[in-house]
Amino acid sequence: MNQRGTPLLTVRGMSRSFVGIRVLTEVDLDLAPGEVHAVVGENGAGKSTLMKVIAGVHQPDSGRLEIDGVPHRFPDPASARRAGIGIIHQELTLLPDRTVAENVFLGREPVGRGPRRLLVDRAAMVERTRALLAEVGAVSFDPGTLVRRLSVAQQQVVEIVKALAGDARILVMDEPTAPLAEHEVDLLYDLVRRLTARGIAILYISHRMREIFDLSDRVTVLKDGRVTGTLATRDTDRDELVRLMVGRELRDYHPPLAAPGDLGEVRLAVRGAGNDRLRDITVEVRAGEVVGVAGLQGSGRTSFARALFGADPLTTGEMWLDGRPVRPNSPRAAIRAGIALVTEDRKGQGLVLRQPVLDNALLVLRAAFAGRRRAEVEPVEVGELLTRLDVRAGASDREVRFLSGGNQQKVVLAKWLAARPRLLVLDEPTRGVDVGAKAAIHEFVRDLARQGLSVVMVSSELPELIGMSDRVLVFRDGTISGELPARPSEERIMRLSTGAEVAV
Amino acid sequence: MTAPSVTPTGRSGAFVRLRPRGPVGVVYLALVGVYLVGWLAVAARGGDFVTVGNTVTILQNSVALGLVAVGQTYVILAGSLDLSVAYLVSLTSLVTAQTMQTAGVVPGVLAALAVAAVVGLANGLVVTRLGVNAFIATLGMALILRGYLEHNYTGPAGAVPTSFQHLGYDRLGPVPVSVFLLAATVAVTWFVLRRTRLGHHIYAVGGDEEVARLSGVPTTRTRVTAHVLCALCAGLAGVFLASRLGAGAPWAGTEAQYDLVSIAAVVLGGTLLAGGRGGVAGTVGGVLILATLDTVFDQLAVDPFFKNVVRGVVIVVAVALYARRGVDVRRRGMRGGS
Repeated sequence: MNQRGTPLLTVRGMSRSFVGIRVLTEVDLDLAPGEVHAVVGENGAGKSTLMKVIAGVHQPDSGRLEIDGVPHRFPDPASARRAGIGIIHQELTLLPDRTVAENVFLGREPVGRGPRRLLVDRAAMVERTRALLAEVGAVSFDPGTLVRRLSVAQQQVVEIVKALAGDARILVMDEPTAPLAEHEVDLLYDLVRRLTARGIAILYISHRMREIFDLSDRVTVLKDGRVTGTLATRDTDRDELVRLMVGRELRDYHPPLAAPGDLGEVRLAVRGAGNDRLRDITVEVRAGEVVGVAGLQGSGRTSFARALFGADPLTTGEMWLDGRPVRPNSPRAAIRAGIALVTEDRKGQGLVLRQPVLDNALLVLRAAFAGRRRAEVEPVEVGELLTRLDVRAGASDREVRFLSGGNQQKVVLAKWLAARPRLLVLDEPTRGVDVGAKAAIHEFVRDLARQGLSVVMVSSELPELIGMSDRVLVFRDGTISGELPARPSEERIMRLSTGAEVAV
Repeated sequence: MTAPSVTPTGRSGAFVRLRPRGPVGVVYLALVGVYLVGWLAVAARGGDFVTVGNTVTILQNSVALGLVAVGQTYVILAGSLDLSVAYLVSLTSLVTAQTMQTAGVVPGVLAALAVAAVVGLANGLVVTRLGVNAFIATLGMALILRGYLEHNYTGPAGAVPTSFQHLGYDRLGPVPVSVFLLAATVAVTWFVLRRTRLGHHIYAVGGDEEVARLSGVPTTRTRVTAHVLCALCAGLAGVFLASRLGAGAPWAGTEAQYDLVSIAAVVLGGTLLAGGRGGVAGTVGGVLILATLDTVFDQLAVDPFFKNVVRGVVIVVAVALYARRGVDVRRRGMRGGS
């Protein structure tokens, strides 16, 4: 086709402000048919806003947008879609109580002819959905299935099919892998390649460097709402991208591990423990140690975190904290025993989005330690904690929902650290967090460990696990399939996760 | 109305398959349960519960509440609700009777429906354009209507011609004519919700307004339309009650507390109060449960206070049961948990 001839999409001089704050400044971007064009940048760099302007969710203050050289203006998402632009939002935007077909054709349900024009043509809707699913190679579920019954990865496929159903030629994907487990990412790669082979152009936003190098043809870097470079992916590398993103080089992504002398007594000991999702868990974590937890989705890694925290309590086996037997059967009991859990679902389970930063940071303290107990815990100055974490909120009375992902995660950390836990359990601590905040969170967690905190860190991001963990536990089928020393190879972890290798 | 849902995983065993699919099945099971208990209770007192006459009474008692609750279904599914329906029923009964007194049957019905539509439109616009929470917006409308009614009426007013009272009292065979009015309204509603774009959009707006908006659903129009349809149903109830009473009455809708009871019936019918899930078939079940209870109480000549206690218990227990089921489904589906 006209590979580098007329671009499919051209954006020139696009600017957009929100309440006086410039979010996008004079952004230029173009997109060729069949191209995967990555857009990277720190959180708050304006990526999502750019995508939303392109997809008609927001309207630009100035600048122009052309499709096949024809200028377009999108007052709403529907008109962008009619022009062939589909968007996969960062959060899944499906209705769980409706069927796959009803979701795919939401807002453009096919209708019959003549007098049947009033009716939704359900047969056509189901048939076309079936065809689209087959086209993208998704045959594991039916158009009539309720979306709530699908896995997250399957829901992602429905999202993509929903975009394609509008005959999208340009697909905007905003962090499509964020909700996916490592092995599901491959399915997405495969899908992206199928789409580009059909000449569909993809604008791909991601924080994950590996995806950018695996998938994209070109990369555009945004910093503070401006384009700092558009590069051919094969001519660049990680360091250059990070430099363009943050304006400085992040040589070492991860702080140094614990030296053997840094580790203290055994803090957490679990022996032969289990519940309906876990069995035969035996673990020891020392003071000052960061223990990584790896495993595929459904392997029990999140169940393990939740069990330690008493959210889905252990029903068998034994557990000790600092030599004393404990068996938290509710989060409240766990918190009082000195255990904290940063959940993987920041917005749903970590924060009260409509409350200000300070109230969120004080939540655990206020909730679990009333009156005398609270005095005993000697609350650290929460304000000071927020400063140490470098939460950039503008003001501490700002509602948390307005913060970037990285800053939100820092507030979640502050909330837990205010209670001075002895064991900090992290589940996907840097999901959806930009490079700068990620490094800050890693540094901070290591710093806490140095001060004697024990950390259990669940992550589906292998580089993070390998870079941060003094030891890695690999979960499979609800139990620990192997334990690896510091700096294991990705291959070892994957082999243990998938059962390709069985520990002795 | 919920089509039997497809199970993608083969995990449901024979036992699970025996359980009714979807909340509608549960609603009708509950209805059968209430009916059986009523039968036993009445039989124990030597009464006869399962008669044609009694069944007809249950249906007849269902009509006015049924019309209002069917309307309420639209707005609740759309993630809204309407607290002004009780006063709107009173108002439209008066409009019907007074217009019919001077201008005839057809103008009377049209006038009542027009007034209802205007009230619904106002509710819808206040909720969508002004962004007032539906609870407050429709409560405000209820107070406005109440003030108007109490200022202008002290008792029944207007009169409907005898010919129009056929709607309230005639029967086709054993079945009251008014039941056909309810049935037709239910059928139209089922059709709108299941088979039209508007219906799909109502479910979408109630399920997640932002998702609906981003998918290109005209969310404002959908919600406003739901409010108008709700008000039209309340208007029909007003017309029916005017026919039944022979006149309009300022207490026609409020005496039976159609505002809260209609919401209870919808929720009793398995529709999620937050919107997006449920349907009119469940609402009919919910209305029939409440009507059956009333009939049982009448036959047993139960103290009216005790009657309300039982109604309250039935509603709360039923919804608690649905909530448990909802939790189950959600656990299995969305948050598989890793």
